[in-house]
Amino acid sequence: MSTRDWLLDDSPATLTQANLGRAWRMMTALMRNPLAVAGLLIILLLLATALFAPWIAPESPVGQNLQARLLPPSAEHWMGTDELGRDIFSRVVYGSRITLMIVALVAVISAPLGLIIGAVAGYFGGWVDRILMGLTDVFLSLPKLILALAFVAALGPGIENAIIAIAITAWPAYARIARAETLTFRNAEYIQAVRLVGGSHTRIITRHVLPLCTSSMIVRVTLDMAGIILTAAGLGFLGLGAQPPLPEWGAMISRGRTFILDQWWVATMPGFAIILVSLGFCFLGDGLRDVLDPKQGGEK
Amino acid sequence: MSSPESSQAAISLKDLDISYGDTKVVRDVSFDVATGESFALVGESGSGKSTVLKAIAGLAPDWTGEISVLGKPRGHGTDRAFSETCQMVFQDPYASLHPRKTIDTVLSEPLAIHGIGKRSEKVVEMLGAVGLDQRFRFRFPHQLSGGQRQRVAIARALMLEPKVMLLDEPTSALDVSVQAEILNLLKRLRREQGLTYLMVTHNLPVVSFMCDRMAVMNKGRIVEIAPKTALYDGSFADPYTRDLYAASGGNPDADPEGTASHLKDPA
Repeated sequence: MSTRDWLLDDSPATLTQANLGRAWRMMTALMRNPLAVAGLLIILLLLATALFAPWIAPESPVGQNLQARLLPPSAEHWMGTDELGRDIFSRVVYGSRITLMIVALVAVISAPLGLIIGAVAGYFGGWVDRILMGLTDVFLSLPKLILALAFVAALGPGIENAIIAIAITAWPAYARIARAETLTFRNAEYIQAVRLVGGSHTRIITRHVLPLCTSSMIVRVTLDMAGIILTAAGLGFLGLGAQPPLPEWGAMISRGRTFILDQWWVATMPGFAIILVSLGFCFLGDGLRDVLDPKQGGEK
Repeated sequence: MSSPESSQAAISLKDLDISYGDTKVVRDVSFDVATGESFALVGESGSGKSTVLKAIAGLAPDWTGEISVLGKPRGHGTDRAFSETCQMVFQDPYASLHPRKTIDTVLSEPLAIHGIGKRSEKVVEMLGAVGLDQRFRFRFPHQLSGGQRQRVAIARALMLEPKVMLLDEPTSALDVSVQAEILNLLKRLRREQGLTYLMVTHNLPVVSFMCDRMAVMNKGRIVEIAPKTALYDGSFADPYTRDLYAASGGNPDADPEGTASHLKDPA
């Protein structure tokens, strides 16, 4: 029996086989979507770039060479050099690490936070719901970037504080989704059945409610990655995110705007990087939605 | 047939009123189900019969009156100790199984909650008892048919070895031939494990096949409690019950196209 047959077996012999088979079916469904594959490749490219940055980048991201200031793209400097003679390609490559770190940390902080708050609010309802959703509404009513700005202003500029600020502004949307999702099945018979066999609320929320919310959450977080990158870049652009000489893409654009008319590449090259990575996350998110969202028929 | 006076009542309801919010849906319901008896709650949609089951199970907590199960008074919510004496099978097998959990997970969960060991053996044994092949064990619910799902739901209810089973129209979402299989299964399980059934249904042939006595409900009240023999001779006292009986086509065993013709005791 080949591995494929084993994975697609209608009557799995163990729980592992059943779960692997399920994952395999999702993978193949995802692979049938060309845009999702393109997105996945872009993300993999980003991961590889971040991982192997020292080997890919031809020069140091912070090494200055004032004799080679503002050189246009050429065979020697693929993306040209900036106002301090630093190789922009090297900076973009190293910048992928910062971008990836921002995206990953924001997702790790805000998605579980929003998920739990939303699931608890939706599951218990009543005053728990009113308090938690009131809090969520307060955060939602403020524009994301402005709120992030306020937090960074309070916490002080820097990449860590930018991450915390973005995470704090990102969770309310997830809490809303998780709550809406939870409301649709909080009275479902399979949840009542767990209560009947004596399952505690904690058990029901963690084992039964959260797994049903995660798929829409994964989709939403992936789609939001682009927004997170843009917010981080926006904070960097305003000088409140990563501080020089860190090669953060938004900060690089900000520095390049002084030369945008005569030396277009200084601002444009990191801009391309932001667009490419954002697109990658969007494509992957759309593909994942088709596969994971049961309401769109991905389940059968 | 045992009468409620001669043995301890498995389920005893006294002056039970149940509300959803401000609406009172069940009024003044009192009856006893004897241990080992199979008792039916019959009535049209919206008569409050499922609500009575939910109140006993602890899923409709807004009630006044008295409920006791196997001599113990019931609280208003669900609790762990109670779950070992009384379990419920829901109406819709498509809605009563978690879509992301394998059958094995569904069946082991009650054991895990109650800290019972040898889960794997017990799951295998229970699958056998409800007539499901072992190859279904690690499937997800969407890989099963309606009848197979209902068998899983029955198996889940039996995992904690309860003595009292609440059945909420366990066959109405299934097609006729599968209905017969599930009813036969329930009948066999009751005989083998000495269970007490309280079954909600609107199907009189099912009552005559499965139950010893029945209570007829209309608009949230019990209008009559009758033995199953009344279904053969139509000896009902209440006018509503007589209408219901006439509407269902009279004697179920004379009904050529109803469910009754598919029901044969496998013994």
